[in-house]
Amino acid sequence: MSHVSVENLHLAYAGRPVLERVNLSVSEGEFVSIVGASGCGKSSFLRLLLDQERPTRGTITVAGAPLKGEPDRSRGIVFQRYSVFPHMTVRGNLIAADSLGANRLGLLGPRARRAARARADEALDRIGLAHVADAYPAALSGGMQQRLAIAQALAARPRVLLLDEPFGALDPGTRTAMHGFLDEMRRATGMTVFMVSHDLAEAFKLGDRVVVFDKPRWDPHDPTAYGATITLDLDARTRAIPDTPPQETPHAAPLAPPPPRPRAAG
Amino acid sequence: MRWINRRPGRAGAVGLALLPFVLVIALYAAASEARRAVNPADRLLPAPAQLIETATRLASEPDRRSGRILLWSDTAASLQRLAAGVAIAAGIALVAGLAIGLLPLLQAGLGGFVAAVSMVPPLAVLPILFIVFGLGEGAKIALIAIGITPFLIRDLAARTAEIPREQLVKAQTLGASSLAIALHVALPQMLPRLIGAVRLALGPAWLFLIAAEAIASDAGLGYRIFLVRRFFAMDVILVYVLWITALAFLLDLALRWLARRLSRWAEAAP
Repeated sequence: MSHVSVENLHLAYAGRPVLERVNLSVSEGEFVSIVGASGCGKSSFLRLLLDQERPTRGTITVAGAPLKGEPDRSRGIVFQRYSVFPHMTVRGNLIAADSLGANRLGLLGPRARRAARARADEALDRIGLAHVADAYPAALSGGMQQRLAIAQALAARPRVLLLDEPFGALDPGTRTAMHGFLDEMRRATGMTVFMVSHDLAEAFKLGDRVVVFDKPRWDPHDPTAYGATITLDLDARTRAIPDTPPQETPHAAPLAPPPPRPRAAG
Repeated sequence: MRWINRRPGRAGAVGLALLPFVLVIALYAAASEARRAVNPADRLLPAPAQLIETATRLASEPDRRSGRILLWSDTAASLQRLAAGVAIAAGIALVAGLAIGLLPLLQAGLGGFVAAVSMVPPLAVLPILFIVFGLGEGAKIALIAIGITPFLIRDLAARTAEIPREQLVKAQTLGASSLAIALHVALPQMLPRLIGAVRLALGPAWLFLIAAEAIASDAGLGYRIFLVRRFFAMDVILVYVLWITALAFLLDLALRWLARRLSRWAEAAP
């Protein structure tokens, strides 16, 4: 049964379509890599999954329930930058995963705080950041910061983890190490993962599926007239990279007549 | 070598920093000397030696009439007013700035209002304050608070709105309420910013303090300056001006130190 289900999703900014007719069904525990050219709505799609933005049309359901209109603990996020809180220590960032949502004040009682601290130290050991537990994120390398960001997101035990180019700012060596780390974390938790990436090799290496966002329709006189959609949905586990050109729009509904374009008055 | 590439050495930097001070003092001494050569009883530019003598007298001898040592009692009165006014302003600004910066509803409702209110010239409402609060401490403290609060609110709201969206979204995915985000994400990052804004606002705060004391008071640094002006006591005025400058400088230094302490997390080295 599908865990995350996206139906006929449309997104437009000020009348300009960004995404159109996006359909996707992902089962629990699947790792979906999202690739595509710059500006084709990959990150917008992730923000929709996060519920940071609302679609113009269409629905997203997670575990059978539609999204509620704002981000919550069921979906964790790791951004390319600014993912951890700069004013909290490394350990503090992990404790925050427990304390921020504990109550309206975001405060833990002394006993719960000790427990959270112990959990944080355990996690720090696991991700190899125990030696910098009392340092601030600014003192950490990019790879360490992203490891912390992933551990922080996982500490809230989300059902779905969203990654927005999480390794985009890292050097190649660190990137490879992070791939191993992420794979391990994912195996341990068995959650559903969506990762936006610019790196095709990375997308295929980590993903069970690789979905490609592209604009199937293109008006050379008006490049922003149509939005992007999922044009390819590839199975990355069996290395089933098609060597024949795939059907252009395997997930798209039949083309609807184009929406009426606003005409300048007079 | 191009001028933009010429840098002073260590000793050179100290020398260059001292140079304008030395020049101004020398210029003053020369001008004072010249005036007193013409008229030994000149009061406009008292000799540096006399300034030192006056300063010593003000700081050590009790006033004949009140029995208090004037410099210290005036300093205490003024600093209390300044501290009260700035503390009230900073407290209001912290709450209002965070709320306006974080909550789009408040931004829409109050953003324009605060911008409009900050255009009211505070000194123009001073008579109203005297009428409402009387001539006591209330009006002076209120003038300082009213004078700098709108600026502090606007600055803090703008800084709060600059917190990367990613952090606010991240906190939500960890289950934080709006209040928890304000307390644990925005507040700690905004405290050093608030102190930075207070540093900038201290200049106007001193201005409002001295203006209020000049008009209605019986103690205070501004009161004393405007009182002795009637006797043409330039020596006292100059000593007080230098003392106020030193106080303002030290306050600024202290606030800078505090802001740095509160934002140690922003520095790269552990």
